Amino acid sequence: MTTPVKLLDFITILPVIFLAAWACLLLLVDLWVKHKRVTAYLAALGLAIGLGLLWYQAAWIGNAGFNHMVVLDGFSVFVNALLLLSGLLGIALAYGYLRRMGIERGEFYPLVLFSLSGMMLMAQAADLIVVFLSLEFLSIPLYVLTAFAYPKAASEEAGLKYFLLGAFAGGFVVYGIALVYGAAATTALDGIIAAVAEGRANLSLLVSGAALILVGLGFKVAIVPFHMWTPDAYQGAPSAVTAFMSSAAKLAGFAALVRIFALAFSSLSDDLIPILWGLSALTMLVGNLLAIPQTNIKRMLAYSSIAHAGYILMAFTAFGNPGVAEVSIAAVLFYLAAYTVTNYGAWGVVILLERAGDLGLEIGGYAGLGRKYPALAACMTIFMLSLIGLPPTLGLVGKFYLFRAVIAADLIPLAVIGVLTSLISAWYYLRVVVNMYMRTGDPEISPEPWALTITGLMAILTVLVSLLPGWLFFLASQARLNLF
Amino acid sequence: MLFSEAMSTGFFNLAPLVVLFPGIGLLFNMVFGGRLPEKVVGWVASLAVGAAFVISILLAVSLSAIHGHAEIVSVTEWMSIGSLHLDWAFRVDTLSVAMMLMVSGVGTLIHIYAIGYMHEDVRFKGDPTRFQRFFVFMNLFIAMMMILVSGDNYLMLFVGWEGVGLCSFLLIGFWYDLDILGRPSLENAKAANKAFIANRIGDFGFLIASFLIFTYLGSLQFDLVFAEVEHVAQPVILTITLFMLLGVVGKSAQIPLFVWLPDAMAGPTPVSALIHAATMVTAGVYLVARSAPLYGTVPAAQEIVALIGAVTALFAATIAVAQYDIKRVLAYSTISQLGFMVAAVGMGAYAAGMFHLVMHAFFKALLFLSAGSVILGIERGYHAMSHGKKGHGFHHTDDEVFNPNDMRNMGGLKDRMPVTFWVYLAGTLALAGIPPFAGFWSKDEILLDASLHYPVVYWLLTAAAFMTAFYMGRQVWLVFFGKSRHEAAEKAEESPRIITAPLVILAGLSVLGGVLNLPHFHTLGHWLEYTLGELRISEFSWLMAGQATLIALFAIFLAWLLYGRREQAANEPDALKKLLGPAFVVFEHMYWIDEGYAAVFINRYKDLARFLAEVIDGRFWHDWLHDSVLAAGFGKLARFLADPVDLGLIDGIANGLADLTQWVASRLRRFQNGFVRSYALSVLLGVVLILGYLLFR
Repeated sequence: MTTPVKLLDFITILPVIFLAAWACLLLLVDLWVKHKRVTAYLAALGLAIGLGLLWYQAAWIGNAGFNHMVVLDGFSVFVNALLLLSGLLGIALAYGYLRRMGIERGEFYPLVLFSLSGMMLMAQAADLIVVFLSLEFLSIPLYVLTAFAYPKAASEEAGLKYFLLGAFAGGFVVYGIALVYGAAATTALDGIIAAVAEGRANLSLLVSGAALILVGLGFKVAIVPFHMWTPDAYQGAPSAVTAFMSSAAKLAGFAALVRIFALAFSSLSDDLIPILWGLSALTMLVGNLLAIPQTNIKRMLAYSSIAHAGYILMAFTAFGNPGVAEVSIAAVLFYLAAYTVTNYGAWGVVILLERAGDLGLEIGGYAGLGRKYPALAACMTIFMLSLIGLPPTLGLVGKFYLFRAVIAADLIPLAVIGVLTSLISAWYYLRVVVNMYMRTGDPEISPEPWALTITGLMAILTVLVSLLPGWLFFLASQARLNLF
Repeated sequence: MLFSEAMSTGFFNLAPLVVLFPGIGLLFNMVFGGRLPEKVVGWVASLAVGAAFVISILLAVSLSAIHGHAEIVSVTEWMSIGSLHLDWAFRVDTLSVAMMLMVSGVGTLIHIYAIGYMHEDVRFKGDPTRFQRFFVFMNLFIAMMMILVSGDNYLMLFVGWEGVGLCSFLLIGFWYDLDILGRPSLENAKAANKAFIANRIGDFGFLIASFLIFTYLGSLQFDLVFAEVEHVAQPVILTITLFMLLGVVGKSAQIPLFVWLPDAMAGPTPVSALIHAATMVTAGVYLVARSAPLYGTVPAAQEIVALIGAVTALFAATIAVAQYDIKRVLAYSTISQLGFMVAAVGMGAYAAGMFHLVMHAFFKALLFLSAGSVILGIERGYHAMSHGKKGHGFHHTDDEVFNPNDMRNMGGLKDRMPVTFWVYLAGTLALAGIPPFAGFWSKDEILLDASLHYPVVYWLLTAAAFMTAFYMGRQVWLVFFGKSRHEAAEKAEESPRIITAPLVILAGLSVLGGVLNLPHFHTLGHWLEYTLGELRISEFSWLMAGQATLIALFAIFLAWLLYGRREQAANEPDALKKLLGPAFVVFEHMYWIDEGYAAVFINRYKDLARFLAEVIDGRFWHDWLHDSVLAAGFGKLARFLADPVDLGLIDGIANGLADLTQWVASRLRRFQNGFVRSYALSVLLGVVLILGYLLFR
């Protein structure tokens, strides 16, 4: 019962199409551009236009396109807006960093745009085939970006590892999709819902398929035990790439996870809760425990990002409970926004302190920052407090909403694990603060205007939005999931 | 057309600007102030407050255009937790606008005055870099005060309440490390602490009241709370109002928490005028007026409030007659006048109370600022004097006792500082309640209402009014008349125009302010009725007015008898001391209240703290429980286990959870070996576990 392609179909994914086309164009333009910063500005312009198109597109919320392969709903608009902003922040951080590290190559920016368009498509995907397609579309540029510092061995190694393991995990997704197709005879999310409702679906096959899809997406957002690539890739990749990857890829992965599970697999909730419970508890524990012995700030932040994936998964554990799902999805979206802000800020500080040859990345090297650059140290303190979840920062508000969702779902032991691991996390986050203020040292920074601006801006946002979080949570709770 | 439309609707949306403008001013001065000349810093700060004043006028105009209906301007949702929904919303009604006008109007004048005052003060104290800091704090104060008076719920009011408390602390301790002559000293910091801690007790009461309001009345938003009042039992409302009263006595310096206000005069004089006379200390009065629907339902609470106010009014007035420090006299006078206001709002005479609040803001700000001008004059004289003597510097070591605030060092300033003298006289007559000055009308209205409804309050207040006229007369004669009793006073000079100009404006307001609420017209009273409902407004009585005037005149005559007829010599004891003897000593030492508090509360508190620290924590917890029982016992246990059990395990436990987690972490770390194959294995392991669970559950 397919309908021919209409103009409306293109409007539903207009920003995605535009971004991909803009990236292709940028590849060409880059050949004639002498100063690579022009490419950077053009890429940023593309993202800004993308934001404009998203605004324009919002009038069509409530439409599905391409025979229900993609949808345009409040959820996808919220996620896509965050993704585009995240892309802008990523480019701003990369702008001076790439030049300083001697890897300012024009293809960087098109690769970011390609990856972003894959992520945005993923947030809109309403068919498992599109999910897989966009997963690969976003991943392959990321593999390349991870190895972007070639011929630096660490970067190449990280890229290769990420690629091999990504391919491995991608296999599970495909296998899961095949099982789902076997169970429900369709890969469309609404088709799966219908098949389950009419009793046509083979539920045990379906749940196995869902579990395998969870593995694949769990790999992307770094859930334990599918997380092992994360520290190596995060450390080996250029810091600007890591900042982008740890924010945007996580966003896209969770967006797909939320959409697929909350809509298509909500009937499997009872079967999946123990699995999600275990995975999130394990992720929170392992992420936070392994962050403790790290001495390299990039590795520490990598484990921190694993731990935060655990917190988000924790709130999502009760996705099938209709009374809680809405609150928990809003909490997840809010936390993703809060994490994006804090994470970019923290990486901004890392980038400012990093020097060529992997110098300035040891946490011990932050000693004396509080005395020498008090404003920057204050920003870093804010980010660390936010990552722990202490007031007055976004991290606290975000965690508040997460824990509220968990408690509403009556998963008290999981909430207790969450709180205890947050407590453990204070140990390694505060070590950075202790180093900055209570040890003497002579750190060097590279005062790049864009990175400084982003860092300061994120610090202000982290505090300010935490004081008035109402509007953001309102937006997050308005971002409804739909298939139409 | 457009303007009239804007007048009735659009201007209300400007309400947030009353907070925003001072906020911008403070941010600007904080960021750029260090690099800008003093003049710019001062004028930016003054303009920020002036802009807030203009907005307040626009709000008042548009409010009268719609006949005083309260308008609520919501900026954003603030918090929404369970059944608590609060907006960050500004309430524009006649009461809040009256406060806004007063705060920003008087605030602007004091800011301008402070440009001149602080210019000299920072130089006298020898640290000009603090000029910028002063104006940042002052703008912060105005912003917070605006939040306090314009918030639409008790929590916003509390934000402002705490904010002004913070500013008060910061500004009392503005010279936290220097004394009045710029020598190292921690007295000011102690005064700031005292104010902050005394206010904590009050804030505790306010918080409890807010919690109770939310619990029993279901909201913190004013309209919703007041609509609920009649459905709630009387004892609950009584409890709420009494806890709120604790907040009032803290912030508005009433018995028993008034002790912080006299010490608060350690702050620079503009601070005393703005925060500790005109605005912040009246927040308690505002709170009672704002909560009129709560107090209205429990007469018992009203009576307690009125009595506390009246007793404080008399009590503080008696202390004021025996003070020597020019600012301390005014400080006790402020406590006393706040007592008048609290008594008025307690009696339910909200119009009279608010009227006196505004009038008092005019003339007390004037008096403080003029006192500041006097002090500056004396300091200039002192400077000139020491310059003449030594040729350099003015930090004497041989002249430790000199205090530029001490009235015994003054005298005869009438001719040396004529402008200051005349404005001071205007303020004095207004405070003493001599017609037709501002204070006469407002005080008369309070006394009249009291005579009709609360005779006890009336007699207390009348006695206080008598004292008021007396101590102000004493002050004027001691400071301005007679011969100079110190060389510094002889060499005193008049202040520059930037200081005297705001004084003249305030003097004008003190003379003419009464027109705001003349008998028969009751402009302010009817204006406030839009918000507070039908108010009790007593008609003017010639008998009462005449009586009050005669009492005031008699008190001033007495003051002249004691201080004016014959000149005080420099080292002679106070004339009143000769007359009253021991009673004067009691007043002079503030009834030894500070010492009494120290003996009863503070030292007991310190004893308790010491007991907890030394006995409970030190001897019991540390020495006995921790060292003897736990550590020693554990040591024994460890030694016992060390032989049979592996030492490593014991170490692990003994070093506590910290090492344990680190150990676990390092174990886990081993899996992170860098080989893709083991990473893939981990993924596979996860898959097997999940599928295994699904298969075998």
